[in-house]
Amino acid sequence: MQFVIVLLVLAAVALFVTVPLRGRRGAPDPSAERVAADGRAIEDLEAAREAKYREIRDAELDHGTGKLSDADFGSLDSALRAEAVEILKALDGARERAAAAAGGA
Amino acid sequence: MDPSRKRAIRMTVALTAALLLASALIWTSFSAGREELSVSQLLGRAHPGQSYILAGTVLAGYRHEGDALLFRIRDPKLHESVAVRYTGIVPDPFAAGRGVLVAVHEPRAGSTTFVGEDGSMSTKCPSKYQAAPAARGGASSYGAAAPTK
Amino acid sequence: MALIGRALLILALLTSLYGAGASIYGARARRPAWVDSGRRSVYALFALAVLAFAILESAFLRSDFSYNVVAEHSSTTTPAFYKATAPWSSQEGSLLLWVFLLSMWSSIVLFATRKRVREIAPYATAVLLGFGAFFSSLMVFYANPFATSATPPSEGAGLDPLLLHPSMMFHPPMLYSGYTLMAVPFAFAIGALITGRLGSEWIRVTRKFALGAWLFLGIGVLLGARWSYTELGWGGYWAWDAVENAALMPWLCITAFIHSIMIQEKRGMLKVWNASLILLSGTLAILGTFLVRSGVLDSIHAFGASTLGVPFVVLLAAMIGGGIYLVSSRRERLRSDHQIDSLLSREAVFLFQNLVLVAMVFVIFWVTFFPLISQALTGTKVSVGPPAFRPFIVPLALVLVLLSGIGPLIAWRRVTAANLKGSFAFPVAFAVAVLVALLLGTSADTRPFALIMFTLGAFVLAGVAQELYRGTSARRAFAKESWPVALASLVRRNRRRYGGYTAHAGLSLLLIGVAASSSFQHSRDVSLRPGQSAVVDGYTLRYVRPIADAAAAKLTFGAVLAVYRGGHYVETLRSTRGFYPTGFNGTAGPISEAFNGSADSNVGLDAGLTHDIWTVVNPDLQPLQAAITRGDTVFERLMKSLSPTQARQASVLGVIGAYRARAIVGLTQQYVSHPWPIEFLLIVSPLVTWIWLGAIVIALGGVIALWPPPEALLVRRRSAAVYAARVARELA
Repeated sequence: MQFVIVLLVLAAVALFVTVPLRGRRGAPDPSAERVAADGRAIEDLEAAREAKYREIRDAELDHGTGKLSDADFGSLDSALRAEAVEILKALDGARERAAAAAGGA
Repeated sequence: MDPSRKRAIRMTVALTAALLLASALIWTSFSAGREELSVSQLLGRAHPGQSYILAGTVLAGYRHEGDALLFRIRDPKLHESVAVRYTGIVPDPFAAGRGVLVAVHEPRAGSTTFVGEDGSMSTKCPSKYQAAPAARGGASSYGAAAPTK
Repeated sequence: MALIGRALLILALLTSLYGAGASIYGARARRPAWVDSGRRSVYALFALAVLAFAILESAFLRSDFSYNVVAEHSSTTTPAFYKATAPWSSQEGSLLLWVFLLSMWSSIVLFATRKRVREIAPYATAVLLGFGAFFSSLMVFYANPFATSATPPSEGAGLDPLLLHPSMMFHPPMLYSGYTLMAVPFAFAIGALITGRLGSEWIRVTRKFALGAWLFLGIGVLLGARWSYTELGWGGYWAWDAVENAALMPWLCITAFIHSIMIQEKRGMLKVWNASLILLSGTLAILGTFLVRSGVLDSIHAFGASTLGVPFVVLLAAMIGGGIYLVSSRRERLRSDHQIDSLLSREAVFLFQNLVLVAMVFVIFWVTFFPLISQALTGTKVSVGPPAFRPFIVPLALVLVLLSGIGPLIAWRRVTAANLKGSFAFPVAFAVAVLVALLLGTSADTRPFALIMFTLGAFVLAGVAQELYRGTSARRAFAKESWPVALASLVRRNRRRYGGYTAHAGLSLLLIGVAASSSFQHSRDVSLRPGQSAVVDGYTLRYVRPIADAAAAKLTFGAVLAVYRGGHYVETLRSTRGFYPTGFNGTAGPISEAFNGSADSNVGLDAGLTHDIWTVVNPDLQPLQAAITRGDTVFERLMKSLSPTQARQASVLGVIGAYRARAIVGLTQQYVSHPWPIEFLLIVSPLVTWIWLGAIVIALGGVIALWPPPEALLVRRRSAAVYAARVARELA
């Protein structure tokens, strides 16, 4: 009985783990490489955007709690916002490329 | 000041601080440290006036005498043991068969009992004890439990 | 079921090995299906660990003594709660707990990132499964929790009485959660280093796990301290024991990490440092497990005796060697995007704080391992002990508290003199006022380090209060909200920042408690007869009467103490010491065995906000010894006089057992009827409660920082829309 249970568990694990291999036969996908590269770029830019937003919010809070003078905050905020705009532009570009690649693939 | 020079200065300061800390640490540990000996090492090496950290296992049959605890400690593997007279806080995990560390001085003339330093005893964390099979028992082998008073 | 349990462990090992291989192959050959299969292996490992753990749990709950671990760590008289938690008081069970927790956290992180960090994730999966394989193989080859005995004992040995304490039961799962959560950022850092994707992406997906590791490990350490204070009968909460240090080191390291990753996220700096810190934290976590499991530092021969030592050393060597190789081979890509603008910026404070924390780790590591280091260098084992920590850790802790106060008060990137004045005026003034008050009103000036700690603690608390006040005011002005609403929305919108500030406030409370209780503790070791009293720090403690109790599970001897201050009654404390039977094994006589087993203290404690009155009693049973020995002789003779048939009859044994029980009760009664002087350890220490309160506040800060922002997506989308509009405007 115990032996049967062990065999059943073994079979269940083997079946569960190999689902992806059986579905697509594990063959390499030629377009996957390009899509993956676009995906990476988007992930990087999204991380950068989030960090930048956080930085802007932090600067606002530092200004609000009196840790940054108006002049310092002004220059810092505009610099940060300019960097954020650059990131957004790059992000849009990367998304368009990804969409085009996905459409073409 | 140009940034690279600034960086070099910061680096030098940081490294100097690290070096100072490291040397102080090494100096302290070698000067304040005491030799940690097993029972057989202690028997072969003890010099009058010096103190050591003695490590070993407590033998059964320890007892209190006034405010002092008298016990024997032995090498976990060998059979040599020494007697220790100890005063001060005895940690709860202290029991026969368990490992302890205690700072001891050379016995007085005519005595073979090492003198434990007041409050110097430390024991292993109880989470690490492995029960020796059948060495302990929750209930007595006599079966009947002692009635609650 | 034991067979199934063992098969599950073997299956767990095979699944881990397969999954690690599949992940690496999938990543190298760019076959996503194999990567998916590797990730599914982690889920499968979790399922297997759950099943194995369930089998072990049910064996404990059923008191199935055919399992060796159950026979050695539980008994039928063990309360159900402790039966359920007893698995991790054994070596084997705690290894299974490790795999269970590791596979749980790994499954969560890999499920959450299944569509993200696709390059790093396969390697992270392989590292996590590598740990899974390591711990599974320890159970398969060295410490099998499902080992059984053909002749099971009728009764188990029971849980060590010292572990019968609620906090001891939660302490190991907390510590292990901390250690295993730490494996997650560790694994992703390895993945990032291997793939060269060293931006903030891996940090973004593992930040919460690092924070979780910090939180759980911290709670684990504090529960251990609390247990030591209330259960171990020596009056302290921290002894710089190797096992305590083993958990403190990775905690300090991960504390540094959760600060310095903010600088990498914001400024693209400190990439080498962060990668090194998390590799160090992960290695220290494994080292911690190793120290606890092998006992290498406690006993001279433990290393040879412990079978787990060698595999752990191999794993640690691989982690250290691999880590150094990866960091040094990627150092070009790890170059910073920016430089620190000014030494007067929050970044610089974080950096200093990191250096202080790492210095602390180094000091603790050095002193803890000095016996081994000196043995390797000079051939003799030299022990330095707790006094060696203080001259280093105390000044470093003071600097740390100072920095934790400065950090929240200064801005990222740059600071001007005028702003500094505005931010520091109130906290500095408050700290100076506290200092003056302490100098004038107390004897704190006799302990300069404690005095500095109180002053710095006041500085931190005032700084955090000021930050909350100013932030709330700004929010009020902007959003026209009431004070409580503004405070709540301020914290909700900036969880990381205010969670961090809360933790800083908690740390100050905790360290103020540590400084006060270690510097101004009054303790007396006295021998008292009933009616006699001793004075400790102005409190008179009178030994009112002895108390004793003879239950089956343990004998209890103790004292009732009345506490007075200035002639006024304060309260009554009961302090006892329990003696657990050794079990009849031939080494102790039938009566002696009830008195000679392990003992534990039940502390008579009055805990308050200003001070704790802590008492333990050490009842000397020597006066009973002659009677105990006589009893041994009587009962041994009685047993020998029985014929073999009688010796097997339950009724005969029952009668003898009842007489023996009566004899033990009689002996116990002597302690009450003819009291003799007994030893007391009486301690009055100030502000100990602040330590536990501080810990709760720190944990609260951790929870605030961890709590997911409720409208995270909404906020992101909204601000994204704002910036998109801005991009459109500028393009036009």
